[in-house]
Amino acid sequence: MAIIKKFKAVKKEQNHLLGIQSLSFSEISNILNQAKTFITLNKSASKKLDILRGKTQINLFFEPSTRTQSSFELAGKRLGADVMSMNIVNSAIKKGETLIDTAMTLNAMHPDIIVIRHQDSGAPNLLSQKVNCSVINAGDGRREHPTQALLDALTIINRKGKIEGLKIAICGDILHSRVARSNIYLMNMLGAEVNVVAPKTLLPHSIERLGVKAFTNMKKGLDKCDIVMMLRLQNERMHGSFLPSAREYYEYFGLTPDKLKCAKKDALIMHPGPMNRGVEIDTNLADDINRSVIREQVELGVAVRMACLKIFCKKV
Amino acid sequence: MKEKYLINARIIDPKNQIDEIGGLIIDSKGLIKAIGKKVSNGNIPSEADKIDVKKQVLMPGIVDMRVFVGEPGFEYKENFRTLSNAALSGGVTSVVSMPNTSPVIDNVSMVDFLKRRGRDKSRINIFPAASLTKNTEGKQMTEFGLLKRKGIIAFTDGIKTVQDPQVMSRIMNFASQSKSLIMQHAEDNILSKDGLINEGEISTRLGLKGIPFLAEKIIVERDLSFLEEYFCRYHISQISSEKTLDVIKKAKEEGKIFTTGVSINNLTLNENDIGNFKTFLKLSPPLRTEKDRQSLVQGIKDGYIDVIVSDHKPEDEESKRLTFAQATTGASGVETLLSLVLELFHNKSVKLNKLIASITSNPAKILDVDKGNLKKGNDADFCIVDINKPWVVDKSKLKSKSKNTPIEDRKLQGQVLKTFIKGEVAYERI
Repeated sequence: MAIIKKFKAVKKEQNHLLGIQSLSFSEISNILNQAKTFITLNKSASKKLDILRGKTQINLFFEPSTRTQSSFELAGKRLGADVMSMNIVNSAIKKGETLIDTAMTLNAMHPDIIVIRHQDSGAPNLLSQKVNCSVINAGDGRREHPTQALLDALTIINRKGKIEGLKIAICGDILHSRVARSNIYLMNMLGAEVNVVAPKTLLPHSIERLGVKAFTNMKKGLDKCDIVMMLRLQNERMHGSFLPSAREYYEYFGLTPDKLKCAKKDALIMHPGPMNRGVEIDTNLADDINRSVIREQVELGVAVRMACLKIFCKKV
Repeated sequence: MKEKYLINARIIDPKNQIDEIGGLIIDSKGLIKAIGKKVSNGNIPSEADKIDVKKQVLMPGIVDMRVFVGEPGFEYKENFRTLSNAALSGGVTSVVSMPNTSPVIDNVSMVDFLKRRGRDKSRINIFPAASLTKNTEGKQMTEFGLLKRKGIIAFTDGIKTVQDPQVMSRIMNFASQSKSLIMQHAEDNILSKDGLINEGEISTRLGLKGIPFLAEKIIVERDLSFLEEYFCRYHISQISSEKTLDVIKKAKEEGKIFTTGVSINNLTLNENDIGNFKTFLKLSPPLRTEKDRQSLVQGIKDGYIDVIVSDHKPEDEESKRLTFAQATTGASGVETLLSLVLELFHNKSVKLNKLIASITSNPAKILDVDKGNLKKGNDADFCIVDINKPWVVDKSKLKSKSKNTPIEDRKLQGQVLKTFIKGEVAYERI
């Protein structure tokens, strides 16, 4: 009790990246502009900067992740920070330690940034109230995955030159997807028109209130779209009887050349990964270098995360 | 004990249809000797105590039908002594305690224990409810007859719902012969599985799994169907949505006899108050939309909802300082019940008399106990309330052992000045 009270006194002077919803337009432009400068750096022979030299970054991943965790790790290292990735499987959390106790333990080690992924929505918000360093959300429950949305935006800008006025379709398991939510907020804020496409059982309640049009017919949802964003269908959803079978899902909601014809001729295909080939996306389409920017998303992910680390590491 | 004369009070007693300036005499045994406008300054014997109430409201002690105590098993959350102090400061003189303790109140020996603890440690009247089923598992019904003989006046699984329709129908059938009061918390566990807040825009935005209103409606519909075949004293503990209220209206219009309660939280808060993952507002049933809240208030006004409860569920800080998914459900509320109820009067939603009835005479009638009214010869359990006094909720000043109030910093109007139990001052605001 006493310890918790002490931590309440922590001054809220930190800058956190908890979600797209809490960002302003100028903060977003700042991140994207900053990230652009890192794209070239990441392609050069010498990739290391010393912007974050002497700073400590802790990656706290409560859910398994390959690309996001390695992307954040690489981003921190390229900016010169000391990066530590916590292995939750062997940690005290598995022994019943609460998130706040873990936060207080880590806080005592004076990190400058904590990057957190957690299965519970709102966990980064809770963490940010208890530590006196920056908290960056690397995905919480089904709520937000802001850096994924930002890297998607950067990828689109890189290819299309802008986002304003584009028509974007987000397709698949919207209900359980934090990527979908963050992208809906971000693309709306940047002036795109957003469609979501999913079977009714995978559409969240009142999704239209987030400023999107909802479709259960994929061809209609893709009509004249500039961007087709596919989401991963988690296999466990099949057992919760959200869907009859993977076969039926692919038939109606899988991205096939036939359905893609409804989108614009130069429409780009995106996917946050990892992909289920033949479930949500035709395998040839996923590898089509003219249409698919899936690998570019991963590449720009590092640049976006470098920008976020640099910007949010600073005290306000 | 000397006789006490309380004079110059605005007496409100909905059951006896009194709302007048007058007085109340307490005899030497702590019973009400006389009440009404005939009791005035002129006829007080010199040896009696005289208390001038200064035109403040004098109303029956509140009967709160849904309160959780931590005894036995969770004494660190609330014990009978702290509950009693908290209740008295809110004008509550009788409570029905829920059986979700450890162990569960599901047998005769537990009732003896509770009654003894309640009597020794608290000043308020404790009416323990026993569980409907053994260990609240929803399988084997408890000994209604034997428990009733021990003084149990209500049966409920508290935070749980009897899921199995066969078990529920048999409970209602069996209870009809012993005339036991059955109180159901209406929630279909499969529909609400892993649910955290109302299913809707807010749950979509916060990324929290929703609890559909159907989870509540479907159980109410089921139980009301059973009621046609197995008539018993049936009470729905608390409802949260407009759609459930519609079912209740329809059933009442068809002439079905049952009663309904609502938590003060669902009448004065809505899902928007959850804001940035405030776990103190994680409740069961969940807070729903503003439209639902308004229709519940209308339900009180129209008389379709009989009772307002505090749903007082003390939880320690550690069970709330977690992520929303991990945090415990429930909010403390027995001390703020009356002030929140008065909010509905001050914002002109419901008439004062109706509101007071919903926390005094109505619950007493459902429970079949002679409380919640100021009839001559009854225990002098009442409170004196300044219904206009403004104050701000400060959790550090709450008397309950747990401080999980959902309305921290809320500006309220109306506060209890004194609470009497059996004619003695059991609480006085300093």
